[in-house]
Amino acid sequence: MIEPIISVKDLVAKYGEQTVLDNVSLDIYPEEITVILGGSGCGKTTLIKNILRLFEPVSGSVKILNKEVTRMDELEFNSILSKIGMLFQNGALLNSLTIFDNVSIPLVQHTKLTPTIIAKMIRVKLKLVNLAKVENLLPSELSGGMKKRAALARAIALDPDILICDEPSAGLDPLTSASLDELILKLKNLLKMTIVIVTHELASIHRIADRIIFLDEGKVLFSGTLQQAKKSVIPEVETFFRVGKFG
Amino acid sequence: MKYENHILFLEEELTKFTVPDLLHELSQYKGKKISTIDLSEVSSIDSAGVAFLDELVLNLHKFKPQLANMNEIVESAVSTFTSLSLKKPVPSRKDNFFILIGEGLLRWRDSTRDAIYLIADIFYWSFVGLFNRKGQRQGSIIQQSLIIGVDAVGIIALLSFILGLILALQSAAQLRQFGANIFVADLMAISMVTEMGPILTAIILAGRSGSSIASEIATMKVTEEIDALRMMAINPIRYIVVPKFLAITICIPLLVTMSTLVGILGGLIVAVTYLDLSAVVFFNRVFEILTMRDALIGLGKSFFFAWVIVIIGSYYGFNVKGGAEGVGKVTTQAVVASIFWVIILDALNSLIFYFKT
Repeated sequence: MIEPIISVKDLVAKYGEQTVLDNVSLDIYPEEITVILGGSGCGKTTLIKNILRLFEPVSGSVKILNKEVTRMDELEFNSILSKIGMLFQNGALLNSLTIFDNVSIPLVQHTKLTPTIIAKMIRVKLKLVNLAKVENLLPSELSGGMKKRAALARAIALDPDILICDEPSAGLDPLTSASLDELILKLKNLLKMTIVIVTHELASIHRIADRIIFLDEGKVLFSGTLQQAKKSVIPEVETFFRVGKFG
Repeated sequence: MKYENHILFLEEELTKFTVPDLLHELSQYKGKKISTIDLSEVSSIDSAGVAFLDELVLNLHKFKPQLANMNEIVESAVSTFTSLSLKKPVPSRKDNFFILIGEGLLRWRDSTRDAIYLIADIFYWSFVGLFNRKGQRQGSIIQQSLIIGVDAVGIIALLSFILGLILALQSAAQLRQFGANIFVADLMAISMVTEMGPILTAIILAGRSGSSIASEIATMKVTEEIDALRMMAINPIRYIVVPKFLAITICIPLLVTMSTLVGILGGLIVAVTYLDLSAVVFFNRVFEILTMRDALIGLGKSFFFAWVIVIIGSYYGFNVKGGAEGVGKVTTQAVVASIFWVIILDALNSLIFYFKT
């Protein structure tokens, strides 16, 4: 039995009185691409933010790399965070820094590598996301899709064990989106990365997903492989995959 | 790491954790001929490891070293992460002195032109706005008057009172030596009415309202709210700036008057407690020395100060570049520029009205 790399048990999250996640339990396995699905407002982003302690869960347990993180002290949690890359919904690049400097932040802060090696790594990462020519520009000078790709370059700067992407292909053209999927697959195979993706894009899900977790109204409705999901008889899951097939 | 027969053997991990030590270790083979880098023993590699290999190949370029015995994973990582195929970034050309001066002048010309357009727009729409409220939110002038005027009453009153107290205290000690106690009233009246009242109020308004106008408009610009207004066929200057402009025009004479009175009150307290003057004597002297001309000049210039604050705040707000960082930058620039121009205007006013040859 493979040990899950992220394990969530009975997680409850609330915004004020409103319960957003209701006893959510799920496992994410290493070296797999897990896609978290669900309608808008079903708690996908909240789930990710609770796992990463950006929000404080009301109750429940979250284990990352076999360590309970909900009650972990800041220092220990930082060492876990340095093994995780996160791509935010709208990039979340630091506006005052150039793209090159944005990607350099984790490398400079968390490694003892020399500046020449760091510069090489940054240029390669930017090349991987097709942004070789913009390293000296500020985020405000890039288009939405470019920002997202730059943010992905920052997320993979440290070759993290776990990469979490919040809607990576939203706002991207189909070609870029497909090449992003290819890149994600490559990263998974090369660096044995565990990848968690929140997305609605069915094409993307078909291309890359190993495992599907389907959230609905703060509950896990389905959890299993892509093949199982396609054959699922749960109405919401079935509808999702049927509607996505262009009628 | 081993070295035999011009072959460098790298072992086990080539990752971000091992590369710093490997670089250190490599220094002992400096100057040695390395024609092959053997990677058969490498079990894991990441992008830092590949960058290390690239660096190695570049440094040993005279020996043309080959990477040998790569397993599938290493080969795939090298082909994905190698930076050798990337074009070298071209360093940006440095402009010479004359180009810099020329660009500076062109920028100055453009910004002056933009500022003149903005000033014309603001005055035009404010004048129109007096008679026609179309294109403004209902109640926005009153709302802005509350924010710009009423909310500032406390701080302006407090600071004016303290300033009046300080002025009177500083001069009282000197005046007393010459038995010229009564002149503290002259000093307070003239300094507060012609100078301290208007300038203190203007500087506080520049800090409070100038910064808020600049940051509000800049944020709206960054988040495309200004574009949204334009798309709804609403003139952003009319909708956002005009209410502020009219509100500050209404508020500033009231604030300056209050500031002047409270400042003189501060002086009165020193006069009564320290200089043994009675309040009646003090006020008689104040009204004797003050002329209508002084009061009108003091109030008149305060209008210009107020307009400068709104115009500069909007100018910087509309010219924001970038995101959150840009908003902070223009806010600072707006406050500094408005205080600067308030003082320059004040100097001009003194030259025009008080400088007699």
